[in-house]
Amino acid sequence: MTAENNGKGASRRAFLKGAVAAGGAVAGATMGRAAGGPDPLITETQPWATGLGEGVDATPYGMPIRFEDDVIRRNVEWLTADTISSINFTPIHALDGTITPQGCAFERHHSGAIELKKEDYRLMINGLVDRPLVFTYADLERFPRENRVYFCECAANTGMEWAGAQLNGAQFTHGMIHNMEYSGVPLRTLLAEAGLPKDLAGKWIYVEGADASSNGRSIPIDKALDDVLVAFKANGEALRKEHGYPVRLVVPGWEGNMWVKWLRRVEVTDGPVESREETSKYTDTLEDGTSRKWTWEMDAKSVITSPSPQMPITHGPGPLVITGLAWSGRGAITQVDVSIDGGKNWTIARLGAPGQRKAVSRFYLDIDWDGSELLLQSRAHDETGYVQPTKDALREIRGENSIYHNNCIQTWWVKPNGEAENVEVS
Amino acid sequence: MSKCLKLTATAALVALAGAPAWAEKYGLGREALPAEIEAWDVNIMPDGDGLPEGSGDVWTGEELFVENCAVCHGDFAEGVGNWPPLAGGEDTLADEDPVKTVGSYWPYLSTAWDYVHRSMPYGNAQSLSDDEVYAIVAYILYSNYLVEDDFVLSKDNFLEVEMPNADGFIIDNRDEVEYPRFSREACYENCKDEVEITMRASILDVTPEEEGADEASAEGGDGDVEMATAEPEPTKEAMKEDVVEEVEAKLDMALVNEGEKVFRKCKACHMVGEGAKNRVGPHLNNLMGRQFAVVDGFRYSKTFDTMGAEGKHWNEEELAAFLADPRGYAKGTKMAFPGLRKDSEIEAVTEYLKSFSQ
Repeated sequence: MTAENNGKGASRRAFLKGAVAAGGAVAGATMGRAAGGPDPLITETQPWATGLGEGVDATPYGMPIRFEDDVIRRNVEWLTADTISSINFTPIHALDGTITPQGCAFERHHSGAIELKKEDYRLMINGLVDRPLVFTYADLERFPRENRVYFCECAANTGMEWAGAQLNGAQFTHGMIHNMEYSGVPLRTLLAEAGLPKDLAGKWIYVEGADASSNGRSIPIDKALDDVLVAFKANGEALRKEHGYPVRLVVPGWEGNMWVKWLRRVEVTDGPVESREETSKYTDTLEDGTSRKWTWEMDAKSVITSPSPQMPITHGPGPLVITGLAWSGRGAITQVDVSIDGGKNWTIARLGAPGQRKAVSRFYLDIDWDGSELLLQSRAHDETGYVQPTKDALREIRGENSIYHNNCIQTWWVKPNGEAENVEVS
Repeated sequence: MSKCLKLTATAALVALAGAPAWAEKYGLGREALPAEIEAWDVNIMPDGDGLPEGSGDVWTGEELFVENCAVCHGDFAEGVGNWPPLAGGEDTLADEDPVKTVGSYWPYLSTAWDYVHRSMPYGNAQSLSDDEVYAIVAYILYSNYLVEDDFVLSKDNFLEVEMPNADGFIIDNRDEVEYPRFSREACYENCKDEVEITMRASILDVTPEEEGADEASAEGGDGDVEMATAEPEPTKEAMKEDVVEEVEAKLDMALVNEGEKVFRKCKACHMVGEGAKNRVGPHLNNLMGRQFAVVDGFRYSKTFDTMGAEGKHWNEEELAAFLADPRGYAKGTKMAFPGLRKDSEIEAVTEYLKSFSQ
């Protein structure tokens, strides 16, 4: 039923149509037909057990098998004027573990994904430094480097949900996030190479990309010297074009817009530039019309990825794996709670691994589902003691127009037929 | 190995001396040349630092804007479709749907200059000269009624322009306002009496599906990402019976000439006079006394179609009401022009249009 999805498998309706067509046989299928006689998949010799498969090099660089071709990034067309300056969404509903494969990690461009060769790449460090420098890509490879796993979340992730439940799928409500292992040089190493002023009080850096938008952002010097990386590999291989090949900035725990792609320049300044991306955008308007600026940190957040609207329960009552993702820009996830009754009662979920700072954690709650409706929620705790708030609690403080930094608790309404819907609850 | 030891020892010494251990140098990279820094270091600071010499006036800016910017931002900087408006929106920031433009929202003029200069026009960035950037920014200010039409923006008067929302920002205060409140002991049992579903995504139904989401309406944030907002529903107001007003035979020629100048604001979309055809808007020949929405070959908004069907005709009174507040007068109109501010402009342009009405 799911095996032959045609790449448009986003459709919950189509999926459920299939489920309904299969009717009561769904439960039977999961039982491997033992009750109805021997399973021909076992008793009859199958073609793949007789003939030969593909040889090595059939695909020099492999893609996922065609049966997984519905696990793809998706765009919400009405969101933006043009895909060149737009965003799409990671299929988090269909992934497990914590690392996001590059090929399906969300994209956000302001002037499109450009092609920039390593040979044509230059990084300039200038401004208030002893000696302004230019590095080639080959230069960057000669500095000591680190490997670190970090999440990158767009500040607007879940931003369409402020005024109410709107998009029906974890991919669309929470998919402006990816989590990768980066290899790169600490920015502080490069700044030291150029020589910083003795007095760093009030100093900032301004970072910009080589693409037409240039997407410049200002970052306080303390952050620049803390954990910012100038990265050239992700998940062990070169960055993808759409993620800033050959070099991007990694600004752990801070909003994705600051992770400048195709990084070309770092300037040490004596104040913020107040660029377009840090004034007209990425500022959070409150109910009284004033706006917060410099809201860089991504607060603790979590979402159940399955079951969810794009991942209905198809197996009927019995053992059910509830799973999801949690992350915090302010440290490690220490605990995730799950509620199946819309927040009346909570159970501590199991973390797939101990939380890592500013990286995604996977959580699981394994339950025996009785087939009744569920109001699924998850709630993240981070090492600062912060507990993910409800949407109402956030709206009480910010109103409904802040667009960015919506880290509210998400509710999925799972119906007895296994279908799930994005809802808000009292 | 000896190299490693040496590095460690040096690092320790440096640490003792008060400098951080990472302040080690590797001798990589080369010095950036002044010409290279000049080419790339083009950002403008809020105090105007970095601005080049130059200037540009509103009318030059308008021509450049229509040529380079209007395809996305509209002739009047009002925004086309999902592209961002750059003008209007004053006093809307506390509304249900704030309109954030250079005039209503941007705190620094340096940001506008910097952005136009480095990132615009979209698809042809960094193609404008410094004077052209000054002129376009001057026109954007004019579109926001922040300067008069004889204004010339230059490096010298740059900081004199007051941005209306300059004081509209506060520095992130989540650590004071939110973190204490959200860092309390969590509840685990019987945390609330009852749970009701208060809103469902399927009601709005804007999630992409194979069937498409063309009818999608958007609520909530925009995410940089200029969100689509649903076309306002045409309201069916009860229209009073209208009497076709006879066009006055006598024209005030001084006023007609004045109106011709005002009509520059209309010309991008409307033609009038001999050979006038429909463009973005319908031609305006014989406008006075004309029934609403009757020009052949022009697709009117539902609002105007309805008004026309109800027998409404253009006269001085209707035209004045429409031009003063197009969207307030005809909610749902396709005309993006925000309206004429001064009564004198409306009178003048009306007289001008009368001269093409028989």
